[in-house]
Amino acid sequence: MRQALPNLISVYPELLMAVGAMVLLLAGVIRKTPSIDRLSRLSVLLLLGTLLVLWLLFFRLEGRVVTFNGLFVMDAFGLFMKTLVLFGSIAAILISGPYLKEKQISNYEYPILIVLATLGMMMMISANDFMSLYLGLELQSLCLYVLAAINRDRQRSSEAGLKYFVLGALSSGLLLYGISLIYGFAGSTSFDALALAFADGAPTGVVVGIVFVVAGLAFKISAVPFHMWTPDVYEGAPTPVAAFFAAAPKVAAMALVLRVLFGSFPELDEVWRQIIVLLSVLSMTLGAFVAIVQTNIKRLMAYSSIGHIGYALIGVAAGTEMGVQGVLIYMAIYMTMTLGAFVCILNMRSRDGMSEQISDLAGLSERDPMMALALAILMFSLAGIPLLAGFFGKLYVFLAAVNAGLYTLAVFGVVTSVVAAYYYVRIVKIMYFDKPVVTFERPESKSLSMVLTITAAVNSPLSFILIGPLVQWAAVAAGALVP
Amino acid sequence: MEIGIEHYLTVGAILFSLGMFGIFLNRKNVIIILMSIELILLAVNINLVAFSSFHNDLVGQIFAMFVLTVAAAESAIGLAILVIYFRNRGSIDVEDINQMRG
Repeated sequence: MRQALPNLISVYPELLMAVGAMVLLLAGVIRKTPSIDRLSRLSVLLLLGTLLVLWLLFFRLEGRVVTFNGLFVMDAFGLFMKTLVLFGSIAAILISGPYLKEKQISNYEYPILIVLATLGMMMMISANDFMSLYLGLELQSLCLYVLAAINRDRQRSSEAGLKYFVLGALSSGLLLYGISLIYGFAGSTSFDALALAFADGAPTGVVVGIVFVVAGLAFKISAVPFHMWTPDVYEGAPTPVAAFFAAAPKVAAMALVLRVLFGSFPELDEVWRQIIVLLSVLSMTLGAFVAIVQTNIKRLMAYSSIGHIGYALIGVAAGTEMGVQGVLIYMAIYMTMTLGAFVCILNMRSRDGMSEQISDLAGLSERDPMMALALAILMFSLAGIPLLAGFFGKLYVFLAAVNAGLYTLAVFGVVTSVVAAYYYVRIVKIMYFDKPVVTFERPESKSLSMVLTITAAVNSPLSFILIGPLVQWAAVAAGALVP
Repeated sequence: MEIGIEHYLTVGAILFSLGMFGIFLNRKNVIIILMSIELILLAVNINLVAFSSFHNDLVGQIFAMFVLTVAAAESAIGLAILVIYFRNRGSIDVEDINQMRG
């Protein structure tokens, strides 16, 4: 068992990323005038390389590999989530270029911070012990705080960074306090050991610890009542950073929720189910109702993401393999929807600069029919209209809830998604039936159009072709997590 | 009186609550919030070390070392963001952090 070196093969993707990020950082420091464009391209290449290594490796390893004395695990669940996170980060770097140029943000650290945050997320996803969970989470969070405040000359960006930092640090504190209680009352921080410890009930200290841990994680996925940072940070942070926040870190934090609840406390589902149901109901309600009165589209997307996290939590609450499968499908679809919507926000550029007002979208169908069509598809998909991808996401979590006997929760989800459909459809109405006020000049960028085309295409009725393989793959991943 | 694990846990819980109250009740200065966060992390460390000695298990002490390191990095980043914010706004009063609402 004891070796001079732990089994390093299963951490090759992470090693490649860590070394690559440091090389890029060095390149940026040594060059007198580092070009953010070139570093962005290299970062995208690095992430693609990591993706390739991850997949090659997985076919060689087969099954679940635990290394570093049980701190790190590589399994099919990790592969699914890491693939999603890597795609989210690649898209985030790709769509940043024009915005950074427009706002004259020339910090070459920008793409490198995204790479380091992604490394943190991959470590979170593969964590098999509370210690590695905490280190991965902090690596990700520290990079995200800096990214939120990257536009240092703008007051809103620095305010977003400050708010995100204070609430993020508070949530880490809650999480850690919970971990310390679980460690104290169970005597171990390893998920494998904890899963075996509570076959016949848990001491009160562990229950309190679970509550603290779930509260800390709820901050990271921005579930109500721990959501208060989300709208402000989305509004204040630069738009591509907000797009990144809405996609990859949410997926990684959801992976963490699944890993902690199903990996270390599978026997205590009666304990954590009540908390998750409460978080889910509150998130869906707030996401549906508060978004209606928003006039800023980034704030609207923030409340929309809060609502979507509520739907994904329905699958967690089900507590079954089918529920996990539903969550995985939901997060994959949610990521494409939200990234596409943010690309449209990045395209909202008029002569006076970037616009964030929903009213400025009026008459978009006459001025720019392609973008209006793409945004309409994405909005209908976010609303969960049948035939589009968003519908399948909701279908699988609701099915899992019904199969687990959570009828009220499923009905509640359907009702709130009808309410939420109002504000998504309103945007489509504004685009197609209102009189135009401003003309947008889309930034000349191939990567923006490419990401928008791909996300709109996978959310369009074409999703019928893709949903089958996605469901099968999610089933394999869920099977790896829930024995 | 024998000082047992419950005394250490009480101290930890008191420090943790002080940190929480410090964040939510403080209306003056962001620096105080940073200090409160530090207090919360120290409460966690006391818990971890106390449990570690109680269980005769080293994991808790190693964890405490990691928490200390990360806390240092965290306050460095927090102070850096605070400096940027002060440059733009000219004030670090908690009540002035209100550009965005809703």
